[in-house]
Amino acid sequence: MPQTASTGAVELDLDPFSDETIHEREHFDTTVRETAPVVWLSRYGVWATGRHAEGEQVVTDWQSFTNTAGTGLLDTRKKENWRAPSPVLDADPPDHTKYRSVIASVLSPVMVRTLQEHFEERAAQMVDELVERREFDAAQDLAQAYPLAVVPEIVGMSPEGRENLLPYSELNFQAMGPRNERYRRAAERAQAAVDYAATAVLRENLDPDGIGMRIYAAADEGTVTEQEAALLVRTFVGAGVDTTMYSMGLTLHALMTNPDQWALLQSEPGRARNAYEEALRWATPGPLLGRTTATEVELGGVTLGAGQKVLVCVNAANHDPRRWEDPDRFDITRRANGHLTFGKGVHACVGQMLARAEVTAVLSAFVRRVKSVELVGEPVKLDSNWLRGWEHLPVRVTPH
Amino acid sequence: MFRLRSADGNVIELEPEHGESVMDTAVRAGVDGIVGECGGSASCGTCHVFVPEEHLARLDPPEFAEEQTLGYTAVPRTDASRLACQVPAADVDGAVLDLPERQY
Ligand code: FES
Repeated sequence: MPQTASTGAVELDLDPFSDETIHEREHFDTTVRETAPVVWLSRYGVWATGRHAEGEQVVTDWQSFTNTAGTGLLDTRKKENWRAPSPVLDADPPDHTKYRSVIASVLSPVMVRTLQEHFEERAAQMVDELVERREFDAAQDLAQAYPLAVVPEIVGMSPEGRENLLPYSELNFQAMGPRNERYRRAAERAQAAVDYAATAVLRENLDPDGIGMRIYAAADEGTVTEQEAALLVRTFVGAGVDTTMYSMGLTLHALMTNPDQWALLQSEPGRARNAYEEALRWATPGPLLGRTTATEVELGGVTLGAGQKVLVCVNAANHDPRRWEDPDRFDITRRANGHLTFGKGVHACVGQMLARAEVTAVLSAFVRRVKSVELVGEPVKLDSNWLRGWEHLPVRVTPH
Repeated sequence: MFRLRSADGNVIELEPEHGESVMDTAVRAGVDGIVGECGGSASCGTCHVFVPEEHLARLDPPEFAEEQTLGYTAVPRTDASRLACQVPAADVDGAVLDLPERQY
């Protein structure tokens, strides 16, 4: 039996994980956001907010809205989970602080800058090859292929077995939702990948020059244990591939379907970084973030009981007219910072600077070589409990 | 009101709106020397500023996230370093804050 809401709360019988919602978020997001600041989703016995102010409060106030019960739909303290808790995702300060700072130090803006040249070179190579072909799948051949190539490279993982990265990462995100058919299919597909992920991140399998080994350096200094270092590398690889690839595809699609913005970027390619920022707001790859109330806490005028799940509907908040002017308009000149796609505060995405560097490199290479791009087939949406993106984007390009 | 002084000595005067952070005010005014890429999450380190001692003493000390982000700014931190997104503009009223040479 799902828990019931406290009296006075607005209940909605909407399903965030139905096929309809997953393939077209708008109805769900708008209803949650416009019904009340906070609503009770009776089907799963969880709270949800689609407003920017409340969403920001939930992700920022980690003392009241804890990560220790997982960042998905289910309370991982109650249910048996498919993987061991991540020391950085499924934890709060003070434990979290130590682990996060290990990853933060290897992904700092300064570190990311040293990778910039490598990212640009790889982006140029990949885009050149695709432009030669004229017709390709911008989702598979570019948005997915790029992070799948460069993330293991910079971590220093062996090329062998890399095909397991995607099923591993997929399970990671499917498992954030309910134990439905999507989850079961992903779990089946990922059987081999779970073993792969456990061994590929071990010290002996990493290139000494990669950033994976820099995480192990923290183990050598005694900051974290050897086993924790392995979990941190695994967390980084599991969290940094899918999210980046889907956000890249969503950005490309946003530009293709907004020709005025594509034209603007053509004439001013320097806007690539901000175009990505706006795409992160306008079409987030991560429409939901889960937290759990640590104590009784007030949110949007409603008192939430202790130990209850709260879903932040990120896409809804990123389109909240209370926060954004003309929120449904994709505008690459907008100041888009402040969207909740990367979260905020102590739990804000630690890889966000890396994602920006990767996607900006690809976008800049693409817009400099491609004069026009058009869809030549039906795009196919990703079928995921927790992520949004494009599985296929068949396109034809005309070079400059 | 507070002022920002760029690494090459240019001073600009800024008028914050109610409740804004120093980063918010600077970005709204289009100040080049502050990027603020993470939107004030204390996680990008691109809003690094140096706060004069007398004002520094009056600020709440940095929280976890700010403390760790200050550890990897483009220009290394000093005792005067803060992240502008974590400093309420009202708390540095009248101050002249120095900007680092670069934020990336
Ligand atoms: S805006 Fe990113 S750390 Fe201040």
